[in-house]
Amino acid sequence: MLRALLGRWRSSLRLLQPAHVGAERAKISVARLDHEYANKVVALQNVDLNVRSGEFVCLLGPSGCGKSTLLYALAGHVVPTGGSVSIDRQPIHGPGPDRLLMFQEAALFPWLTVRGNITFALAARGVPRAERRERADTYIQRVHLGGFEDTLPHQLSGGMKMRASLARALAVDPAVLLMDEPFGSLDAQTRIHMQELLQSIWVRTGKTVVFVTHDVHEALMLGTRVVLMAPRPGRVVRDLEVHLPMPRQPEDAALNEMVRHVGRLLREVEGRAHTRSLQPAPTRAPAQPVLRPQVIPGP
Amino acid sequence: MKHHAQKLLVLALLIGLWELVARMGVWSPHLLPRPLTVAQSLVAMVADGRLVGAAGRSLGRLLRAYLMSVTLGVPLGLLISRIPFFRNAVKPVVMGLQALPSICWLPLALLWFGLTDGAILFVVVMGSVLGIAIATEDSVNGVDPQLTRVASTLGVRGLRFHFGVLLPAALPGIVTGLKLGWSFAWRALLAGELLFVSGGLGQLLTVGRELMDVPQVMAVMVAIVIIGTAVDRVLFQTVEVRLRRRWGLTATT
Ligand SMILES: Nc1ncnc2c1ncn2[C@@H]1O[C@H](COP(=O)(O)OP(=O)(O)O)[C@@H](O)[C@H]1O
Ligand SMILES: [Mg+2]
Repeated sequence: MLRALLGRWRSSLRLLQPAHVGAERAKISVARLDHEYANKVVALQNVDLNVRSGEFVCLLGPSGCGKSTLLYALAGHVVPTGGSVSIDRQPIHGPGPDRLLMFQEAALFPWLTVRGNITFALAARGVPRAERRERADTYIQRVHLGGFEDTLPHQLSGGMKMRASLARALAVDPAVLLMDEPFGSLDAQTRIHMQELLQSIWVRTGKTVVFVTHDVHEALMLGTRVVLMAPRPGRVVRDLEVHLPMPRQPEDAALNEMVRHVGRLLREVEGRAHTRSLQPAPTRAPAQPVLRPQVIPGP
Repeated sequence: MKHHAQKLLVLALLIGLWELVARMGVWSPHLLPRPLTVAQSLVAMVADGRLVGAAGRSLGRLLRAYLMSVTLGVPLGLLISRIPFFRNAVKPVVMGLQALPSICWLPLALLWFGLTDGAILFVVVMGSVLGIAIATEDSVNGVDPQLTRVASTLGVRGLRFHFGVLLPAALPGIVTGLKLGWSFAWRALLAGELLFVSGGLGQLLTVGRELMDVPQVMAVMVAIVIIGTAVDRVLFQTVEVRLRRRWGLTATT
């Protein structure tokens, strides 16, 4: 019994190995990234992260550890106060058509139908008028919203809204999909459905995805890689590759063993952050004048 | 149904009270006619076309001035909310002038335009354009930041952003502002029309006063109330409710 458990634990460790991705092979490359908000909160400190093309990377960590800030820096919505973010070895300047950010809310335009939301986004991306409708309907089918093309967002359930939002994101076909706890506001059942849907779409399209979550199970269910982050200051503490075949089942034993393992790691990280925050905070002597953080306003 | 019954009840009570006071004969019937006399006067004015003609002229004027106000006010509000120069420099001026009751523009209007339609149009525009601009600015500022962020990540920019995202997102608020602007305009119009030969409802009131024809004065007042309420209820209320329903802002689905 004990041996069986131990064996399972070992195997789960074997399936969960430190990731080593060099910048030269990376699609997205984050180097020595720092970000300090105007209120002096150090949201990110010295973050390095390289993401290969086609990877599904989950940023996992407790609330306030800078996951969203890191994601927004990738999206170009936050201009970090230090370090660099590049995509295909080109430093990024603000939001670009190669990346698309999805939020916890579906953020559909409430006055447009499901199809209208998609065709509007396609129009903004310069897709010719003749193609828009067909492409919209293709993606509406893909997220299983067929029959709801002409429905207004407020007539949809939370999960359906999120699926419409996902269809819109996929339709504009960005190389990189950035998702900030997109299923965080859904009920457990709907969330599992959305995870399975996203996974099947990812398997099919092979998009590069960076996915923020604070749910360990969600991270291991979806990710080919899980990046553990810790708060105060926000930083990366572990970078693990998940060697589990896709598609994954939420009840899978190996998966759940891994969830326990990563959960322990995460608690350890949090505990350490907690004891550290009880000690006097190490004062960071600014070697240079503190740069004002900049947030890019909307267009 | 119950709502309507209550409304009718209150209306009937008011008219009954009026009838009662008129019958008590505290004031001369020339000064306080009975409701029926007023109603007769109203019917007579409708029958001989005076009221319809006057209302037509008033509403025509109002429509022209109001359209001008909307075409100036909405873009002005948009500019104030989007461009720092307008926010810093123009907004205080707009707020300041907004404090001026619209009728105060009449002397100036008369000097500039003479005794013409232009003078009244000017007063009406001044009475409503600033309110519309402020309401527009307010509702654009109140647009859900989530929508502007998603627009930015979808690459929606420039005119497409302003007319495809910002304006529709602010539209329910803007329509409320337009409704308010309309009631400002309606007031300004009647105040302006009272003061000189204008051929509108305001003049009909003045004529009634000059002839000491109290039933006519009251009948025109009733007509003004009816027209004002009708436009407010029928036009704006309907548009507002439809819009809010489509935008998903009401609980009814
Ligand atoms: N706009 C902001 N201004 C100031 N501080 C912020 C802002 N956004 C986030 N923070 C702070 O930065 C830290 C990291 O936030 P965030 O990236 O949102 O974390 P997470 O997404 O992991 O919960 C938190 O302490 C948060 O309070
Ligand atoms: Mg967050």
